[in-house]
Amino acid sequence: MTLEFFIGHINYWLFIVLMMTGFYIVVACGNLVKKVVGLNIFQVAVFMLYISISKVTGGTAPIFPIDRMGKIKADPEIVYSNPLPHVLILTAIVVGIATTSLALALIVRIREAYNTIEEDDILEIDARTARAENIIHGEAMGGRA
Amino acid sequence: MTETIVNFILFSMLVITAFAIVRQDRLFTVVMLASVFSLLTAMLFVALDAVDVAFTEAAVGAGISTVLMLGTIALTARGAKPASRPNTLPLLVVLVTGAGLVYGTLDMPNFGDPEAPSNVHLAPHYLTNSIEEIDVPNVVTSILASYRGFDTLGETAVVFAAGIGVLMILSGLRHRRREDEEEEEDA
Repeated sequence: MTLEFFIGHINYWLFIVLMMTGFYIVVACGNLVKKVVGLNIFQVAVFMLYISISKVTGGTAPIFPIDRMGKIKADPEIVYSNPLPHVLILTAIVVGIATTSLALALIVRIREAYNTIEEDDILEIDARTARAENIIHGEAMGGRA
Repeated sequence: MTETIVNFILFSMLVITAFAIVRQDRLFTVVMLASVFSLLTAMLFVALDAVDVAFTEAAVGAGISTVLMLGTIALTARGAKPASRPNTLPLLVVLVTGAGLVYGTLDMPNFGDPEAPSNVHLAPHYLTNSIEEIDVPNVVTSILASYRGFDTLGETAVVFAAGIGVLMILSGLRHRRREDEEEEEDA
Protein backbone atom coordinates (compact mmCIF):
# COMPACT_ATOMS: atom_id res chain seq x y z
CA MET A 1 0.00 0.00 0.00
CA THR A 2 1.68 3.17 -1.17
CA LEU A 3 1.35 6.60 0.46
CA GLU A 4 -0.45 7.94 -2.63
CA PHE A 5 -3.06 5.20 -2.38
CA PHE A 6 -3.46 5.91 1.35
CA ILE A 7 -3.97 9.68 0.89
CA GLY A 8 -6.29 9.03 -2.06
CA HIS A 9 -8.54 6.76 -0.02
CA ILE A 10 -8.33 8.08 3.56
CA ASN A 11 -11.35 10.33 2.87
CA TYR A 12 -13.57 7.39 2.02
CA TRP A 13 -12.46 5.50 5.14
CA LEU A 14 -13.11 8.51 7.36
CA PHE A 15 -16.65 8.70 6.01
CA ILE A 16 -17.10 4.99 6.66
CA VAL A 17 -16.08 5.57 10.31
CA LEU A 18 -18.76 8.26 10.54
CA MET A 19 -21.34 6.06 8.81
CA MET A 20 -20.65 3.21 11.22
CA THR A 21 -21.00 5.56 14.21
CA GLY A 22 -24.50 6.41 12.99
CA PHE A 23 -25.22 2.72 12.41
CA TYR A 24 -24.05 1.92 15.94
CA ILE A 25 -26.45 4.52 17.40
CA VAL A 26 -29.35 3.01 15.42
CA VAL A 27 -28.56 -0.55 16.57
CA ALA A 28 -27.41 -0.02 20.16
CA CYS A 29 -29.49 2.87 21.52
CA GLY A 30 -33.00 2.08 22.70
CA ASN A 31 -34.38 5.62 22.61
CA LEU A 32 -36.35 6.30 19.44
CA VAL A 33 -35.35 9.98 19.06
CA LYS A 34 -31.71 8.98 19.38
CA LYS A 35 -32.23 6.31 16.74
CA VAL A 36 -33.53 8.97 14.32
CA VAL A 37 -30.47 11.15 15.05
CA GLY A 38 -28.25 8.12 14.33
CA LEU A 39 -30.09 7.52 11.07
CA ASN A 40 -29.43 11.15 10.11
CA ILE A 41 -25.71 10.76 10.82
CA PHE A 42 -25.63 7.63 8.66
CA GLN A 43 -27.43 9.48 5.88
CA VAL A 44 -25.11 12.50 6.02
CA ALA A 45 -22.07 10.20 5.83
CA VAL A 46 -23.47 8.72 2.59
CA PHE A 47 -23.94 12.27 1.23
CA MET A 48 -20.31 13.09 2.05
CA LEU A 49 -19.15 9.97 0.23
CA TYR A 50 -21.01 11.08 -2.93
CA ILE A 51 -19.78 14.67 -2.69
CA SER A 52 -16.19 13.50 -2.24
CA ILE A 53 -16.54 11.36 -5.38
CA SER A 54 -17.50 14.50 -7.33
CA LYS A 55 -14.47 16.47 -6.12
CA VAL A 56 -11.76 17.20 -8.72
CA THR A 57 -8.32 18.23 -7.45
CA GLY A 58 -7.65 21.90 -8.18
CA GLY A 59 -11.26 22.36 -9.22
CA THR A 60 -13.80 24.86 -7.98
CA ALA A 61 -17.57 25.02 -7.48
CA PRO A 62 -19.42 24.54 -10.81
CA ILE A 63 -20.55 28.16 -11.19
CA PHE A 64 -19.46 30.12 -14.27
CA PRO A 65 -18.10 33.65 -13.83
CA ILE A 66 -20.09 36.55 -15.35
CA ASP A 67 -18.30 39.39 -17.13
CA ARG A 68 -19.10 43.10 -16.84
CA MET A 69 -21.69 42.95 -19.64
CA GLY A 70 -23.67 40.36 -17.67
CA LYS A 71 -22.75 37.59 -20.11
CA ILE A 72 -21.70 34.18 -18.89
CA LYS A 73 -18.05 33.61 -19.65
CA ALA A 74 -16.78 30.08 -20.05
CA ASP A 75 -13.09 29.98 -19.26
CA PRO A 76 -11.57 26.69 -20.45
CA GLU A 77 -8.68 27.21 -18.01
CA ILE A 78 -10.87 26.72 -14.95
CA VAL A 79 -11.47 23.18 -13.72
CA TYR A 80 -14.92 22.55 -12.23
CA SER A 81 -16.06 19.81 -9.88
CA ASN A 82 -18.66 17.34 -11.12
CA PRO A 83 -22.10 18.97 -10.64
CA LEU A 84 -24.17 15.81 -11.09
CA PRO A 85 -23.65 14.27 -7.59
CA HIS A 86 -24.39 17.72 -6.11
CA VAL A 87 -27.85 17.69 -7.72
CA LEU A 88 -28.46 14.13 -6.56
CA ILE A 89 -27.53 14.97 -2.96
CA LEU A 90 -29.62 18.16 -2.97
CA THR A 91 -32.63 15.99 -3.76
CA ALA A 92 -31.55 13.41 -1.17
CA ILE A 93 -31.27 16.02 1.62
CA VAL A 94 -34.82 17.24 1.02
CA VAL A 95 -36.21 13.69 0.84
CA GLY A 96 -34.21 12.94 4.02
CA ILE A 97 -35.93 15.71 5.97
CA ALA A 98 -39.30 14.41 4.72
CA THR A 99 -38.61 10.90 6.07
CA THR A 100 -37.18 12.32 9.32
CA SER A 101 -40.32 14.35 9.95
CA LEU A 102 -42.48 11.28 9.28
CA ALA A 103 -40.39 9.26 11.75
CA LEU A 104 -40.70 11.97 14.39
CA ALA A 105 -44.48 12.10 13.92
CA LEU A 106 -44.59 8.32 14.43
CA ILE A 107 -42.55 8.73 17.63
CA VAL A 108 -45.07 11.27 18.95
CA ARG A 109 -47.87 8.81 18.13
CA ILE A 110 -46.00 5.88 19.79
CA ARG A 111 -45.49 7.92 22.93
CA GLU A 112 -49.24 8.64 22.93
CA ALA A 113 -50.12 4.94 22.68
CA TYR A 114 -47.42 3.43 24.93
CA ASN A 115 -46.48 6.39 27.13
CA THR A 116 -42.77 5.70 26.50
CA ILE A 117 -40.26 6.10 23.67
CA GLU A 118 -37.81 3.42 24.84
CA GLU A 119 -37.66 0.38 22.56
CA ASP A 120 -37.24 -2.12 25.45
CA ASP A 121 -40.30 -0.83 27.31
CA ILE A 122 -42.43 -0.88 24.12
CA LEU A 123 -41.47 -4.51 23.40
CA GLU A 124 -42.22 -5.48 27.01
CA ILE A 125 -45.68 -3.82 26.88
CA ASP A 126 -46.38 -5.59 23.57
CA ALA A 127 -45.39 -8.97 25.04
CA ARG A 128 -47.54 -8.39 28.13
CA THR A 129 -50.58 -7.41 26.00
CA ALA A 130 -50.12 -10.49 23.81
CA ARG A 131 -49.93 -12.76 26.88
CA ALA A 132 -53.10 -11.23 28.38
CA GLU A 133 -54.95 -11.67 25.08
CA ASN A 134 -53.81 -15.29 24.85
CA ILE A 135 -55.21 -16.02 28.30
CA ILE A 136 -58.56 -14.40 27.38
CA HIS A 137 -58.77 -16.40 24.13
CA GLY A 138 -57.85 -19.57 25.98
CA GLU A 139 -60.64 -19.09 28.48
CA ALA A 140 -63.10 -18.38 25.66
CA MET A 141 -62.13 -21.74 24.15
CA GLY A 142 -63.16 -23.49 27.33
CA GLY A 143 -59.91 -23.38 29.23
CA ARG A 144 -58.31 -26.11 27.12
CA ALA A 145 -56.11 -23.92 24.89
CA MET B 1 -2.37 19.25 0.61
CA THR B 2 -4.01 22.16 2.46
CA GLU B 3 -7.39 20.83 1.37
CA THR B 4 -6.62 17.42 2.82
CA ILE B 5 -5.61 19.00 6.16
CA VAL B 6 -8.79 21.13 6.28
CA ASN B 7 -10.90 18.06 5.45
CA PHE B 8 -9.13 16.07 8.13
CA ILE B 9 -9.67 18.72 10.85
CA LEU B 10 -13.37 19.12 9.97
CA PHE B 11 -13.75 15.38 9.89
CA SER B 12 -12.14 14.96 13.34
CA MET B 13 -14.64 17.47 14.75
CA LEU B 14 -17.48 15.51 13.11
CA VAL B 15 -16.32 12.25 14.68
CA ILE B 16 -15.98 13.87 18.12
CA THR B 17 -19.55 15.22 17.80
CA ALA B 18 -20.87 11.81 16.70
CA PHE B 19 -19.17 10.02 19.62
CA ALA B 20 -20.57 12.63 22.02
CA ILE B 21 -24.05 11.84 20.62
CA VAL B 22 -23.47 8.13 21.28
CA ARG B 23 -22.54 8.76 24.92
CA GLN B 24 -25.11 11.46 25.73
CA ASP B 25 -28.39 10.51 27.45
CA ARG B 26 -30.09 13.91 27.66
CA LEU B 27 -32.15 14.31 24.51
CA PHE B 28 -31.87 18.12 24.39
CA THR B 29 -28.07 17.79 24.25
CA VAL B 30 -28.37 15.07 21.61
CA VAL B 31 -30.52 17.31 19.38
CA MET B 32 -28.19 20.29 19.80
CA LEU B 33 -25.17 18.12 18.99
CA ALA B 34 -27.01 16.87 15.89
CA SER B 35 -27.43 20.51 14.85
CA VAL B 36 -23.71 21.15 15.40
CA PHE B 37 -23.01 18.04 13.33
CA SER B 38 -25.08 19.41 10.43
CA LEU B 39 -23.28 22.77 10.50
CA LEU B 40 -19.87 21.05 10.47
CA THR B 41 -21.12 18.94 7.56
CA ALA B 42 -22.08 22.11 5.70
CA MET B 43 -18.54 23.44 6.22
CA LEU B 44 -17.09 20.19 4.90
CA PHE B 45 -19.31 20.48 1.81
CA VAL B 46 -17.95 23.98 1.14
CA ALA B 47 -14.42 22.58 1.41
CA LEU B 48 -15.43 19.90 -1.13
CA ASP B 49 -16.73 22.55 -3.64
CA ALA B 50 -20.40 21.68 -3.18
CA VAL B 51 -21.68 25.12 -2.17
CA ASP B 52 -25.33 24.46 -3.11
CA VAL B 53 -25.37 21.28 -1.05
CA ALA B 54 -23.74 23.12 1.88
CA PHE B 55 -26.44 25.78 1.68
CA THR B 56 -29.25 23.22 1.73
CA GLU B 57 -27.63 21.22 4.54
CA ALA B 58 -27.23 24.32 6.71
CA ALA B 59 -30.86 25.35 6.14
CA VAL B 60 -32.51 21.92 6.29
CA GLY B 61 -30.19 19.84 8.48
CA ALA B 62 -29.22 22.45 11.05
CA GLY B 63 -32.44 24.47 10.84
CA ILE B 64 -35.67 22.64 10.07
CA SER B 65 -34.66 19.22 11.37
CA THR B 66 -33.48 20.70 14.71
CA VAL B 67 -36.80 22.51 15.13
CA LEU B 68 -38.73 19.30 14.36
CA MET B 69 -36.67 17.28 16.83
CA LEU B 70 -37.05 19.89 19.56
CA GLY B 71 -40.81 19.79 18.99
CA THR B 72 -40.75 16.00 19.27
CA ILE B 73 -38.85 15.91 22.56
CA ALA B 74 -41.14 18.63 23.93
CA LEU B 75 -44.11 16.33 23.14
CA THR B 76 -42.48 13.09 24.32
CA ALA B 77 -39.59 12.79 26.79
CA ARG B 78 -36.52 14.78 27.85
CA GLY B 79 -34.18 11.94 28.73
CA ALA B 80 -33.15 8.60 27.31
CA LYS B 81 -32.64 5.53 29.43
CA PRO B 82 -28.96 4.56 29.56
CA ALA B 83 -28.32 1.40 27.55
CA SER B 84 -29.01 -1.68 29.63
CA ARG B 85 -28.15 -4.31 27.05
CA PRO B 86 -24.56 -5.45 26.48
CA ASN B 87 -23.16 -3.63 23.46
CA THR B 88 -20.83 -6.35 22.16
CA LEU B 89 -23.21 -7.58 19.43
CA PRO B 90 -23.92 -4.11 17.94
CA LEU B 91 -20.19 -3.37 18.05
CA LEU B 92 -19.44 -6.60 16.22
CA VAL B 93 -22.10 -5.94 13.55
CA VAL B 94 -20.79 -2.40 13.03
CA LEU B 95 -17.14 -3.50 12.78
CA VAL B 96 -17.92 -6.28 10.27
CA THR B 97 -20.04 -3.94 8.11
CA GLY B 98 -17.33 -1.27 8.29
CA ALA B 99 -14.65 -3.75 7.23
CA GLY B 100 -16.84 -4.82 4.30
CA LEU B 101 -17.30 -1.21 3.19
CA VAL B 102 -13.54 -0.49 3.47
CA TYR B 103 -12.90 -3.56 1.33
CA GLY B 104 -15.35 -2.09 -1.20
CA THR B 105 -13.42 1.20 -1.44
CA LEU B 106 -10.10 -0.50 -2.27
CA ASP B 107 -10.62 -0.40 -6.03
CA MET B 108 -12.22 3.05 -6.09
CA PRO B 109 -10.34 5.81 -7.93
CA ASN B 110 -8.25 8.20 -5.82
CA PHE B 111 -9.93 11.15 -4.12
CA GLY B 112 -10.05 14.14 -6.51
CA ASP B 113 -8.93 12.14 -9.55
CA PRO B 114 -10.00 14.08 -12.71
CA GLU B 115 -9.89 10.82 -14.72
CA ALA B 116 -12.32 8.99 -12.39
CA PRO B 117 -15.14 7.29 -14.36
CA SER B 118 -17.77 9.40 -12.60
CA ASN B 119 -16.10 12.61 -13.79
CA VAL B 120 -15.43 11.81 -17.47
CA HIS B 121 -18.78 10.64 -18.89
CA LEU B 122 -21.78 12.88 -18.30
CA ALA B 123 -20.42 15.83 -16.32
CA PRO B 124 -18.30 17.35 -19.13
CA HIS B 125 -21.41 17.47 -21.35
CA TYR B 126 -23.26 19.56 -18.77
CA LEU B 127 -20.23 21.77 -18.10
CA THR B 128 -19.62 22.55 -21.79
CA ASN B 129 -23.18 22.74 -23.17
CA SER B 130 -25.25 24.20 -20.35
CA ILE B 131 -24.26 27.81 -21.15
CA GLU B 132 -25.70 27.51 -24.66
CA GLU B 133 -28.66 25.30 -23.78
CA ILE B 134 -29.87 26.77 -20.47
CA ASP B 135 -27.92 30.04 -20.00
CA VAL B 136 -27.72 29.89 -16.20
CA PRO B 137 -24.29 30.50 -14.58
CA ASN B 138 -24.78 27.86 -11.87
CA VAL B 139 -24.56 24.41 -13.47
CA VAL B 140 -26.15 22.75 -10.43
CA THR B 141 -29.22 24.95 -10.87
CA SER B 142 -29.49 24.24 -14.58
CA ILE B 143 -29.32 20.47 -14.02
CA LEU B 144 -31.70 20.55 -11.04
CA ALA B 145 -34.38 22.69 -12.63
CA SER B 146 -34.02 21.88 -16.32
CA TYR B 147 -32.10 18.73 -17.36
CA ARG B 148 -33.42 16.77 -14.36
CA GLY B 149 -36.59 18.77 -13.82
CA PHE B 150 -38.78 15.68 -13.56
CA ASP B 151 -36.60 14.35 -10.71
CA THR B 152 -37.23 17.56 -8.82
CA LEU B 153 -40.95 17.24 -9.52
CA GLY B 154 -40.84 13.72 -8.06
CA GLU B 155 -39.00 15.07 -5.01
CA THR B 156 -41.78 17.61 -4.51
CA ALA B 157 -44.30 14.76 -4.66
CA VAL B 158 -42.34 12.89 -1.96
CA VAL B 159 -42.27 15.93 0.32
CA PHE B 160 -46.00 16.45 -0.27
CA ALA B 161 -46.74 12.80 0.60
CA ALA B 162 -44.62 13.06 3.77
CA GLY B 163 -46.45 16.22 4.80
CA ILE B 164 -49.83 14.54 4.31
CA GLY B 165 -48.55 11.52 6.27
CA VAL B 166 -47.41 13.67 9.22
CA LEU B 167 -50.76 15.48 9.27
CA MET B 168 -52.70 12.22 9.23
CA ILE B 169 -50.58 10.62 11.98
CA LEU B 170 -50.80 13.64 14.24
CA SER B 171 -54.39 14.72 13.50
CA GLY B 172 -56.63 14.59 16.54
CA LEU B 173 -53.66 14.53 18.94
CA ARG B 174 -54.93 17.50 20.98
CA HIS B 175 -58.51 16.21 20.75
CA ARG B 176 -57.58 12.75 22.08
CA ARG B 177 -55.44 14.27 24.80
CA ARG B 178 -58.37 16.42 26.02
CA GLU B 179 -60.67 13.37 26.05
CA ASP B 180 -58.12 11.47 28.15
CA GLU B 181 -57.95 14.31 30.65
CA GLU B 182 -61.73 14.44 30.93
CA GLU B 183 -61.83 10.69 31.54
CA GLU B 184 -59.25 11.05 34.28
CA GLU B 185 -61.25 13.83 35.87
CA ASP B 186 -64.40 11.68 35.75
CA ALA B 187 -62.56 8.79 37.33
